[in-house]
Amino acid sequence: MAAVRGMSRMYGLCFQAVRQTAGLKASRLLQYRAFRVTAMHRQQPFDSSLEKPQFPGASAEFVDQLEFIQPNVISGIPVYRVMDRQGNIINPSQDPQLSKETVLNFYQTMTLLNTMDRILYESQRQGRISFYMTNYGEEGTHIGSAAALDPNDLVFGQYREAGVLMYRGFPLDLFMAQCYANADDLGKGRQMPVHYGSKDLNFVTISSPLATQIPQAAGAAYAVKRENKNRAVICYFGEGAASEGDAHAGFNFSATLECPLIFFCRNNGYAISTPTNEQYRGDGIAARGPGYGMLSIRVDGNDVFAVYNATKEARRRAVAENQPFLIEAMTYRIGHHSTSDDSSAYRSVDEVNYWDKQDHPISRLRHYMMARDWWSEDDERSWRKQSRKTVMEAFERAERRLKPNPELLFTDVYQEMTPSLDKQRQALWRHVQQYKEHYPLDLYDK
Amino acid sequence: MKSGGPFPLFTSATVSSVSDMATAARFLLRRANSKLALTGVATGSHGSLGATLLKVSPIFSSWTETQRRHAAHFTYHPDPVPTQYGPTQKMNLFQSVTSALDNTLASDPTAVIFGEDVAFGGVFRCTVGLRDKYGKDRVFNTPLCEQGIVGFGIGVAVAGATAIAEIQFADYIFPAFDQIVNEAAKYRYRSGNLFDCGNLTIRAPWGCVGHGSLYHSQSPEAFFAHCPGLKVVIPRGPVQAKGLLLSCIADNNPCIFFEPKILYRAAVEQVPVELYTIPLSQAEVLQEGSDITLVAWGTQIHVMREVADMAQEKLGVSCEVIDLQTILPWDIEAVCKSVVKTGRLLVSHEAPITGGFAAEISSTVQEECFLNLEAPIARVCGYDTPFPHIFEPFYIPDKWKCFDAIKRMINY
Repeated sequence: MAAVRGMSRMYGLCFQAVRQTAGLKASRLLQYRAFRVTAMHRQQPFDSSLEKPQFPGASAEFVDQLEFIQPNVISGIPVYRVMDRQGNIINPSQDPQLSKETVLNFYQTMTLLNTMDRILYESQRQGRISFYMTNYGEEGTHIGSAAALDPNDLVFGQYREAGVLMYRGFPLDLFMAQCYANADDLGKGRQMPVHYGSKDLNFVTISSPLATQIPQAAGAAYAVKRENKNRAVICYFGEGAASEGDAHAGFNFSATLECPLIFFCRNNGYAISTPTNEQYRGDGIAARGPGYGMLSIRVDGNDVFAVYNATKEARRRAVAENQPFLIEAMTYRIGHHSTSDDSSAYRSVDEVNYWDKQDHPISRLRHYMMARDWWSEDDERSWRKQSRKTVMEAFERAERRLKPNPELLFTDVYQEMTPSLDKQRQALWRHVQQYKEHYPLDLYDK
Repeated sequence: MKSGGPFPLFTSATVSSVSDMATAARFLLRRANSKLALTGVATGSHGSLGATLLKVSPIFSSWTETQRRHAAHFTYHPDPVPTQYGPTQKMNLFQSVTSALDNTLASDPTAVIFGEDVAFGGVFRCTVGLRDKYGKDRVFNTPLCEQGIVGFGIGVAVAGATAIAEIQFADYIFPAFDQIVNEAAKYRYRSGNLFDCGNLTIRAPWGCVGHGSLYHSQSPEAFFAHCPGLKVVIPRGPVQAKGLLLSCIADNNPCIFFEPKILYRAAVEQVPVELYTIPLSQAEVLQEGSDITLVAWGTQIHVMREVADMAQEKLGVSCEVIDLQTILPWDIEAVCKSVVKTGRLLVSHEAPITGGFAAEISSTVQEECFLNLEAPIARVCGYDTPFPHIFEPFYIPDKWKCFDAIKRMINY
């Protein structure tokens, strides 16, 4: 069993990417994989008659030249892309040749997300919701990867993956309900805006602490592997979160425990105000993968087809071979970190404009569609009008809706209500009865 | 003497006398044995070398009473043989844990056990035989990373499988604190009950062990008692351990199960072989009394039982001894009912007194039973210091400190 897996791994090796970073020759890589195939409980059988290292911890050759391995950051792992910045296919063999219907769906989902972002960002500015995070510039990473997955695949996100949920069919009303924390919110109004979750759509509820989802995704993938139902797990995170200890833990566990998992890193250039050169000194996140024994690739995150192709192949092999894959999608965070941030404090408007105008996933896809006469200026105008209308309608409905009943403050702490919590609930109830004019009861469901 | 070993103490230049060699051998033995003492794992050549050296050393025969290591600070009080759960077998604490895990793996095909060194049986032998019996995909080692162990465990639980994570010592649970407190405890609440990690149980060896010092003796229950959404459970012996552990595993909330490591071998009882559960959040009155309520958990229960006997014998004081068992959510009703009857309360734990769980019990009891109290509530706990090594006999809340506290309360 281990032998079969090992052999297919050997053939499937992404030599290009791994070789460049690790500085290994192809023959040495093969030796490494061959060693893995024969290793059982312990490492290779001990044989001190050979002039080969016998250490349990590593299997390389001896060398008698003192030379430090140079981290390769100038010409590091290359960026895989399918389209150029104008939306033209570069290598036709890489065109996934998706149907017009599929591509239109990609485009409409990305633009609907963009429209929803604009309206909800504004609503925070107007004091209607407390907080919001936009996805500007990263729509390609969401839609490309979501489309490559099976609807049953489990998604662990960070906070800037709303497009994945939208692609899967999460309705506008529920996005709004969560942001408004109204009585329709599946999360029962307990979290800040953009902390979405959906059991039906296999999207695990977002939490604020960064990178905590990474080792959790490894555990979920392990359980899913044992179920043996052709299911994968994908875990999204930013390049900043990848600095957390939890990221290291998740990568290492997924590789050692052989989990069918895709790690999808959105490298968008900034973690709030911290640029990447203050976040890491190595060759980004993709270069860390080989350190954990993980197959890794870097893709152009603004090229929805590149994201699609890489995710599709990673998913296929992750499930077939029970091993994790690391995809680093390079992109740019066009918007501010959140409504609590003004990014002009740490980057130039010119820089932002470049990405908005010259390298945007939505415009690239539009050029691709227009070149095939799948989309016209009229289509664009009428779609923008229609999508804006549907978003505004959902927005108005959400705004009118009452907040959840304050009893829901006390439920779901445990599966069952405990006597102590019940007493606290009753105490609050009595207090509010007595001081009701000081509490905004009218806004809440009875 | 030419040395063949790795230790510089044994080079011919430094060894000048037999007594030097003996000192070196004792040093060597202590270092080699520090973590292994309880497991009884042989230290191979070091053990026999050390033993030989000790035998020839003139110092060996002149060791005084004070130089020998102290005997345990408690006398183990076994539970009576349970009759309601079927046939029983003699087991110590670690064997009762193995039995619980064995029952779980047999009855729940999704259950997996993981952590550092669990594959070969665990540093305290709690998982011996399970990998061979149930397979390497169900009982497996993880890399050395507690935040990873708990994070991974949460993921397993969220995906619907039963996750039993082992943290090698409760002292090392802190890297996982974020995952436990910010994630596991809040998963159900924050998702509006869409997701939860009720299938997660975390086990960790807990409490003083005679020589554990700062990092092999801690009782961190108070840190977790402050976190709504978690359950924290501590057994006093094998029968309780198996039943409570099985309850934690069955419970649909994330549970932390602390196992008193000093009892792993010392506590032996007749334990039912079949699966059985002991309810969580129900304190147990081990002995009824009328003058004072004594509350404790884990190892300290055995100290309290001895103190209760001492109090009866020397002071004529009748003590009611309560094993809290579940620290969170704790059985407020049982403790208050007892204090209403006796009018006096003493709570004792090894963990440092400030912010320790006795503070929570004390505060709640004075709120609920203020007018029933005949004396201030006493807390006999560890001092506000890290857990010391050589000063352990002075640090721990032993029976004399508890006895003295009772005396003062009776005479208040």
